[in-house]
Amino acid sequence: MRITYPHMGNLYIVVRALFTNLGLDLVLPPPTSRRTVELGVRYAPEFACFPLKLNLGNFLEAWELGADTILMAGGVGPCRFGYYAQVQKEILDELGKSMEMVVLEPPDVSWREVRDKIRCLVGDISWWRIFKAIRFAWYKARAVDTVEERVLFLRPRTYEPHRLEEYRRQALRRIDEASDKREMDEILRDFNNQCRALPLRSGPFLRVGFVGEIFTVLEPFANYDMERRLGLLGVEVTRSIYLSAWINEHLFGGLLRVKGMEHVDKLAAPYLNSFVGGHGQETVGSTVEFGKQGYDGVVHVAPFTCMPEIVAHSILPAVSKDYGIPTLTFYLDEQSGEAGIQTRLEAFVDLMAARREKRRKENL
Amino acid sequence: MDLFLGIDVGSVSTNLVLLDAEGEPYVQPLYLRTQGQPIAVLQQGLALLEEQLSPRDRICGVGTTGSARFLAGVLVGADVIKNEITAHAVAALKIVPEVQTILEIGGQDSKIIILRDGIVVDFAMNTVCAAGTGSFLDQQAFRLNLSIEEFGEKALEATNPVRIAGRCTVFAESDMIHKQQMGHTLPDIIAGLCEALVRNYLNNVGKGLEILPPVVFQGGVAANLGMRAAFQKALQTEIIVPPYFNVMGAFGAALLAIDHAAEYGETKFRGFRVSEIQFQPRSFICKGCPNACEVVEIRQGKQVLARWGDRCGRWGITEQDSSQAGRSNLKSIS
Repeated sequence: MRITYPHMGNLYIVVRALFTNLGLDLVLPPPTSRRTVELGVRYAPEFACFPLKLNLGNFLEAWELGADTILMAGGVGPCRFGYYAQVQKEILDELGKSMEMVVLEPPDVSWREVRDKIRCLVGDISWWRIFKAIRFAWYKARAVDTVEERVLFLRPRTYEPHRLEEYRRQALRRIDEASDKREMDEILRDFNNQCRALPLRSGPFLRVGFVGEIFTVLEPFANYDMERRLGLLGVEVTRSIYLSAWINEHLFGGLLRVKGMEHVDKLAAPYLNSFVGGHGQETVGSTVEFGKQGYDGVVHVAPFTCMPEIVAHSILPAVSKDYGIPTLTFYLDEQSGEAGIQTRLEAFVDLMAARREKRRKENL
Repeated sequence: MDLFLGIDVGSVSTNLVLLDAEGEPYVQPLYLRTQGQPIAVLQQGLALLEEQLSPRDRICGVGTTGSARFLAGVLVGADVIKNEITAHAVAALKIVPEVQTILEIGGQDSKIIILRDGIVVDFAMNTVCAAGTGSFLDQQAFRLNLSIEEFGEKALEATNPVRIAGRCTVFAESDMIHKQQMGHTLPDIIAGLCEALVRNYLNNVGKGLEILPPVVFQGGVAANLGMRAAFQKALQTEIIVPPYFNVMGAFGAALLAIDHAAEYGETKFRGFRVSEIQFQPRSFICKGCPNACEVVEIRQGKQVLARWGDRCGRWGITEQDSSQAGRSNLKSIS
């Protein structure tokens, strides 16, 4: 059994750690690239959203590398993602590239099902070994997020953005290769030392919250590297969700005490009181939270045609008005034009800077 | 005289504006057709400007904007490289300080900018469709054998504008042809088309935004009398078209250059000799990873002036080139 899975940002590091320690044969798809998009777009229905197309591209590229089984996330509720696994399987079958599809439904729906699926994948190994593998993967997730958070902080500050990106790439590669926790601590120490040597600008800096549909937020390829673009424009970005928080909530059922998204669901009221699928409610709640914390703005991303985020988008103006926080929404897919994205981001940055300047003058 | 240069290189036109230190135009602004050759047209524009200057005139700051703002900025040595939205807002604010809404329709894009108390509070650009922009009007005027100026005037002769399907330009054209075959008069059809395009603009670009007066209409399409009238009718308010409506981007870029010079002094302008230099642009596909980025490189002789187009940054020549050009530096609160 040669298992593959679809990319979502740095998730591959965590998945590789987990699978390798469970003794599974992982076939990692090549990093999502334009070729992935071309493959996905060629065979996916035109009106399906970007994640389906990118996933499908990943599967096709993994198939070329000899994968025969796919581990895919499922889902419940109004978001179409819940049946993507089935649609993708049909498409692959029709192409004569049949692979086994193992769908992990969220554990909040059925723990027993998750347990059975894991058993069926890993075969006869002890629960203790499974626990250790999960714990190790979790450490990696935390290490990855530590690096990412640091980079988000440094991007607006550094005079040498290329060097910072190089440090980031190095650190992530080493975390991916690390074989124990001590090694990871060492990598983080090295990374921090490298960063400390970078000359930095002094502030103040604009602060922007980055919200939206999870895949688009976490996958730089899908969001056209928006975090980096904003960083280069002098903005400190805070994500509404990080990989480790997502893993904790969706795979561990929120067992660990990590700051996640549950509290933001509550903040979404009274604007949006019910679950609308995907991350629509979290988008509204996170925007409220960023508004309360005095952020300069919120950038909201979603795949083109994403229903839950369209619902959220229609509510954001009310939040924006009440908390005085400007928002900018991008619907993204393979048709998005980079020039338009860059222009709108630059204009949004100017807009936020002008508001700051106005407030500064009023306070004088 | 100390002068400030603003350059807007867009899809259809390349505009150059020279302002004095007070922000007043010093010579007649240039509106040139880009014709797919931004570098050549920009050089031509610089040569034309230079002819009009006396030896005592001196360029003290340069700002660039438009879709080729980075390219133009590298070639001439710009102090400010600014997106079109901010540049247009700055220009409109100079002419109508109380402006609350800016309608801007250019060659291939259209935008709306909402301002309150002199600052931009919201904006939108066309994202999925270029219906109703200058290129389409040009094309329709050509099809009807009218100059673009006559095209706009004809609309004002309409007595009973027909209803044209304006969501998609291809269907709008079919619909116009259909209305012609039915025997409607040309003015009625042109006026109908303008109204359809305005409807499309307000529903798509302007959706959900509060359009309050004073409303300023700028960009190349603002020359079109039919479009002005259609906006007036749809918004039921006076539409202000500023005197330099078709070069407002360049005007704004020059104003930003004035501000920049006041704060930082010294300009990076490379001089009018830029108009005579041979620049060698080339593009290649990076084979470093499957992204296959199309990298563009601008050379002057053996020297590489700039490269862009790569996702990862490996082709950047210096830390500063283009990547951080649009950044905002905030003044500290204290």
